[in-house]
Amino acid sequence: MRRITDIFQPLSRPAVMISEAAYVVLIICAGIFVVVTGLLVFIVIKFRRPARDDGREPPQIYGSTNIELAWTVIPILITVVLVLVTSRTIGEIQDMKMPENALKVRVVGHQWWWEIHYPDLGIVTANEVHIPVSNRDPAKATPTHVVLQSADVIHSFWVPQLAGKTDVVPNKTNDTWLDPYEPGVYFGNCAEYCGTQHANMLLRVIVHTPEGFEKWVASQKTPPAAPQTAQEIKGHQLFYGYSCMNCHTVDGSVAEGVFGPNLTKLTTRQTIGAGVAELNDKTLWAWVDDPQKLKVGCLMPDMQLLDPEVDAIVAYLKTLK
Amino acid sequence: MSDTIVDENFKAPEPERVGEERGSFTRIAQELVFTVDHKKLGLMYIGSGLLFFVVAGLMATMMRMQLAFPNGKLLEPDVFNRLFTMHGTAMVFLVGMPIIFGFANYLIPLMIGTRDMAFPRLNAFGFWVFFFSGLLLYFSYLAGPGLYAAGSAPDVGWFAYSPLTAKAFSRGHSTDYWTLSLLMGGIGSIATAINIIVTTLCLRCKGMTLGRLPLFVWMFLVVAFLVIIAMPPLSACQIMLILDRYLDAKFFDTQAGGSAVLWQHFFWIFGHPEVYILMLPGFAVASEVIPVFSRKPIFGYPIMVAATLMIAFISLSVWAHHMFTVGMTSLGNTFFAISTMIIAIPTGIKIFNWLGTMYGGKIRFDLPMIFCIGFLFQFLIAGLTGVMLSVAPFDWQLSDSYFVVAHFHYVLIGGLLYTIFAGIYYWYPKAFGRMPSKKLGHWHFWLFTIGFHLTFGPQHIAGILGMPRRIFTYEEGRGWEVWNLLSSIGVLIQIPGILCFVINLIYSYFKGKKSGDDPWDAWTLEWSTTSPPPEYNFANLPEVKSRRPLWDLKHPEDPDWKFE
Repeated sequence: MRRITDIFQPLSRPAVMISEAAYVVLIICAGIFVVVTGLLVFIVIKFRRPARDDGREPPQIYGSTNIELAWTVIPILITVVLVLVTSRTIGEIQDMKMPENALKVRVVGHQWWWEIHYPDLGIVTANEVHIPVSNRDPAKATPTHVVLQSADVIHSFWVPQLAGKTDVVPNKTNDTWLDPYEPGVYFGNCAEYCGTQHANMLLRVIVHTPEGFEKWVASQKTPPAAPQTAQEIKGHQLFYGYSCMNCHTVDGSVAEGVFGPNLTKLTTRQTIGAGVAELNDKTLWAWVDDPQKLKVGCLMPDMQLLDPEVDAIVAYLKTLK
Repeated sequence: MSDTIVDENFKAPEPERVGEERGSFTRIAQELVFTVDHKKLGLMYIGSGLLFFVVAGLMATMMRMQLAFPNGKLLEPDVFNRLFTMHGTAMVFLVGMPIIFGFANYLIPLMIGTRDMAFPRLNAFGFWVFFFSGLLLYFSYLAGPGLYAAGSAPDVGWFAYSPLTAKAFSRGHSTDYWTLSLLMGGIGSIATAINIIVTTLCLRCKGMTLGRLPLFVWMFLVVAFLVIIAMPPLSACQIMLILDRYLDAKFFDTQAGGSAVLWQHFFWIFGHPEVYILMLPGFAVASEVIPVFSRKPIFGYPIMVAATLMIAFISLSVWAHHMFTVGMTSLGNTFFAISTMIIAIPTGIKIFNWLGTMYGGKIRFDLPMIFCIGFLFQFLIAGLTGVMLSVAPFDWQLSDSYFVVAHFHYVLIGGLLYTIFAGIYYWYPKAFGRMPSKKLGHWHFWLFTIGFHLTFGPQHIAGILGMPRRIFTYEEGRGWEVWNLLSSIGVLIQIPGILCFVINLIYSYFKGKKSGDDPWDAWTLEWSTTSPPPEYNFANLPEVKSRRPLWDLKHPEDPDWKFE
């Protein structure tokens, strides 16, 4: 599967504004590069010592105020242009006022996964941010306001096609905004080194049509069905009998742990272990059996379960949808 | 003294040695340990810097092998994280710093016409403190776990952002080794900086006014002041970190109301001037080599000095451009974006002045010069990607991506390391009396240049395609595969290049052509004494009338002092 994280294929207002400023800078820099490299090549070829040199030294020139003034003033002018482009774009993106009714998402960085809250909708999920699509026309835009907090060390929230990165800093609340033009799945990463499994702290933003988003919200708010089969019931008992619930929450049950991801709607997610693998029966089984095999160093320990116990717990987890 | 400014009297014969036979092991060991001679210390600085360079370079090679293909299985995550931490820390503090101090030590007394640094024993102290701080850092691989049976070498990244360094997230002693090593190295750096300043200001020979100081010495004078300003914040935050870890201070403890961003301010107030502490010596070498091999004086000496001072001054106010993504206000971001862009102006002036020096000259393509031409080209690229990063919104995308990795490797390898190579080839005949092999040097240049661009060029693109730095592995399908593979292949081309360099240094020491005192037909004072220079440098201290005393000597009909 092609997973685009190219900053020059932006599909969201802040990312588009950044790429527009970036093109201006790239053109200016390319111009400077061509001129100076051309000069260097010309000088190196033109002024190399001739093969039959007379041994005389070239004219000794110590400097020239006019020439030096010229190559001071030109860079100053270029800098002025850059300053104007930069300060304008900074203001437009950073000081953008969020509409009152903007969807609010709170993203909390953990070592090494993302906790995602929808404070106004009462939904808690992990690693995949679901948001509605916005509009290319700024007047009709419905941006999403993302509030960023950290539970431990510094992380950084980066989905290149949607916006520039914003650090996720403990004891400091940052925010950013997403304003996607098209529905789809957008890929991202934690972009600030945060320890052992920094590389596997991946992130997805799933952009729905407005109707699709309504449907997703409704489905997330429906509690999972109670376990039915003997296997599922056994798994349910094991889940509560072992210490799973110390770290994980399943809404509407006694499992209220907050150290690991909320599992209420686990199997509606695309990936497991913050993107370390696609979520399917095989990877779920492997994860429950020993998460350290899939994601070495992650904070969920190997619970030393027997294979039948893993089977049962997986059967139970599959009811969480 | 007659009209000539420098004459044969400055050279003196090697004195008879008393005691043990020259060349025996005890004699060499004794000389190395007890010497306070600026030239020996200078070579020891450069030698140990190159040693750490090879070690840290091999660490980078291992990382590139891991990243050659997606889902690499060569290294465990923590092993990889230690590698990039140690690689970065070593390259900055154990390679860059000692090598530039080595150049300063060896050359400043010779260039300003004096017999040694102002404080020779402080000089030796500085070297040994640096050397043991390096050993201390690497010792962490053995002793990092301590009694905790956790941790090994530091794995917090070379800028060690808190709170990842807190006890809760960094168990064992790895972070302590890192902290103490940097604290110790900082003491050595400050000692050396003080020595450079005092030597330059107080020990110049007769006639050597500040306006006649070789640009090399000027730039090191500025570097030394920067070291004195930049090192204390680093030491301060290291001490704060130790207090946090062992006495429960709460500077960076976010759970107790401390600030994670505070560390970043302290670190980068050191860290950005540090970039110029490393780069200005590169400029210093280029400003000596380019004139000599273009056969012209440096174009616009006064403005070169002014640009150096400007760079140093502005470099103290740009630190937060490393922090555009931490959530500063838009005003703060704009301020640091603007100050960063302004620093491009004096840097641009320098590049133009070097080109102006070459323009109209008769360029000789000896080894030092080809490395300086490589430097000009690569530093231009580094400067331009730097301009891109200074545009804060663009930085929100590029920061902490492989684009940044590519950028600072173009600065530190394409810029600094190339001038270090140029400087080593240029002054090698002075230090050892023999010429480096031109053939091996060319192999070194071309292999290393091709390997370098192949390694770091593609990383720009990987960064633009969204690849974050410091990841030990990556998934398929992001479009990063080909760029990473090219990058890893580049390393395999760099390695034989470096081998040619090392072999050249050793081979030429024994078999190189005898160089004589002034093989490049150069103009500064170090070329007026013997190669290698005697311990006292000059039999009689010279007297100068211009910036190019040996030019005046060689061209009595057209001396510089008539025009300055």
